[in-house]
Amino acid sequence: MPGRARTRSSPLPGFGLSLGITILWLSLIVLIPLTAVFVKSISEGWQTFWAAAGSPRALAAYRLSFGAAAIAAAVNCIFGLLVAWVLVRYRFAGRRFLSALIDLPFALPTAVAGIALTAVYADTGPLGAFLASAGVPIAYKPAGVVVALTFIGLPFVVRTVEPVLSEVSSEVEEAALTLGATRLQTFFRVILPTIAPALATGFALAFARGAGEYGSVIFIAGNMPFKSEIAPLLIVTQLEEYNYAGAAAIACVMLVISFAILLLLNLLQHWQRRRLAQ
Amino acid sequence: MTAAGLREPPATKALLIAAAVLYVAVMLLLPLGAVLTEALRKGWQAWLAAVWQPDARASIRLTLIVAAISVPLNTVCGLAAAWAIAKFDFRGKTALIALIELPFSVSPVVSGLVFVLLFGAQGWFGPWLQAHDIHIIFALPGLVLATLFVTFPFVARQLIPLMTSQGRADEEAALTLGASGWQTFWRVTLPNIRFGLLYGVLLCNARAMGEFGAVSVVSGHIRGETNTMPLQVEALYNDYDFVAAFAVASLLTLLALVTLTLKSALEWKHRDQIAARH
Repeated sequence: MPGRARTRSSPLPGFGLSLGITILWLSLIVLIPLTAVFVKSISEGWQTFWAAAGSPRALAAYRLSFGAAAIAAAVNCIFGLLVAWVLVRYRFAGRRFLSALIDLPFALPTAVAGIALTAVYADTGPLGAFLASAGVPIAYKPAGVVVALTFIGLPFVVRTVEPVLSEVSSEVEEAALTLGATRLQTFFRVILPTIAPALATGFALAFARGAGEYGSVIFIAGNMPFKSEIAPLLIVTQLEEYNYAGAAAIACVMLVISFAILLLLNLLQHWQRRRLAQ
Repeated sequence: MTAAGLREPPATKALLIAAAVLYVAVMLLLPLGAVLTEALRKGWQAWLAAVWQPDARASIRLTLIVAAISVPLNTVCGLAAAWAIAKFDFRGKTALIALIELPFSVSPVVSGLVFVLLFGAQGWFGPWLQAHDIHIIFALPGLVLATLFVTFPFVARQLIPLMTSQGRADEEAALTLGASGWQTFWRVTLPNIRFGLLYGVLLCNARAMGEFGAVSVVSGHIRGETNTMPLQVEALYNDYDFVAAFAVASLLTLLALVTLTLKSALEWKHRDQIAARH
C-alpha cells in the first residue's frame, strides 16, 4: 500500500488524532444524519416514496426550483463575466468597493435578502412599481424566484472566473492580434474558450446553490402550489403536516440531483486544470 | 501599437465599467438600501423600540449563543481536518475533501430536516428522547446541530489549500530542533495560518448567525425562546410588522457589512497568507 508507506514517511505527529477527529465529527454531524434521509424516505415502501416524490405538485416544484436556478445561473454567467472582466482588466475609482460588494450575497443572511428583494420588487417598491406598470410584475410570481436566485448566485460566477481571467496570458492575445484578429474575435475565439471551464464551474455552483435555496425565495415567490412553490418549501410543508416520509422522499430527490451536480463539478475542475496546464 | 490593440477603445471600456457598476448597483446595492430605509421608515425611536423588544432581544441572545457554540466546535474540527489532509498523504484524500464540502451542496431545508428525522417526535430517537425528557428539536441543541451542519466546511475549506501550499518544512525543522508536536502546532503552524484561519472563522460566523433555512426547520418558531434573529425577522414580517422586521434585519445587515469589511481588509493586507498562491 503506497499510501500508507507515504504516511509513515511524514515525520509530523498527530495524523491519527486529527484524522480521527475529522472522521468522527464528519460522521456525527453530516454523514449519519444524511443517511437518515435515505433510510426514512423508503421506510414506508416504494409506493409511499413515489406518491410523495413523484406527485404532480412535487414535479411542479422541482421544475420551478431547477428551472429558475438554471435561468438565474445563465443570467449570472453573462453579468458575472462582465463584472469579473471589469474587475480584472480595468483600474477605476471604486473598484475595490465594487469588488467587496460582490460578496454581499454570501454575507447577507438569506431571510434579510428575501425581505429586501421583496421590498424592492413589490408593486410598491422602487423597481417593482416601474416594472409592474411596464407589464412585468416580479414579486409573488415565478419571476420573483429567478430574481432572488440571480441575487444569490452572482458571486459564485464572479469569484470562479476572476482568477482564471487574470491568468489568460497577454502573449496569446498579442498573437491573435498579430494574426489580424479583431478585439471581438480575440474575445470569442481565444479568451472565451480559455475561461469556459471556469464559467461552467461558476454556472454549476450557482445552479446547485439556487436549486436548494430557501430563505431568499419564500418571501418574494408567492408560494402558490403548482405555480410558485419551490421544492424546499414543499419539504417544509410536508414536515408541518407531519408527513416525515414524504418530506424525506422529496429531500432524497433533491439530494441525488445535488450529488450528480457535485460529481459534474469535480469533472469540470479536472477539465479546467487540464486546460490551464496546456 | 500592440498595447493599444490589446485594449478596448476608451469608449468601450467606459461602457463596460458603467454596465457592471449599474448591474451591481441594481442587483445588490438597491436591496441593501431597501433594508435600511424600511428599517428607519418611522424614525430612530421606532427602530430602537423594535430592536429592544423582549422577543427581539431574546433572538439576539439566542443567535449569539448558537454561534458561540457552533463556530468554535467547527473551528477545532476544521483545523484537525486541514492538519490531516494538508500535512499527510493518504488514500481517499480527494473523497474526504469532497465529503467535507458536501454540506455546501445540500439545501438548507434538507440540512435541518435530517435532524428532525433523527430526533423529532416521530424520528429514530424521538421516543427514547421523550421518555428521558431530553429536548433536541424545537430547542437549543437542534439549532446548534443544524448550524454545525451548514457551517461545517468553512474553516477546513479555507485552510486545506493554504496549509498544503505551505508544506511541512517549517514543522519538520521545529521537530528536529526538539519541539514537541503541540509546541510545533502552537508556535509554528498556527502563526503561519492565523490570517487564513481568521478568514475562515469570519465566514463561518457570518453563516452561523445568518442561517435561516436549516434552523427554521428545527426551531419550532417559539417566540422569545427558539427564534434566532433571522427567524424573528420572518415572524415579524409575517405579522405585517414591517418596521420591526426590517429593524432586526438591519442588525443582520450590519453584521454582513462588518464581515465584508473585515474580509476585504484581510484580502488587501494579507492576500498571500489567506489563500494558496496560484
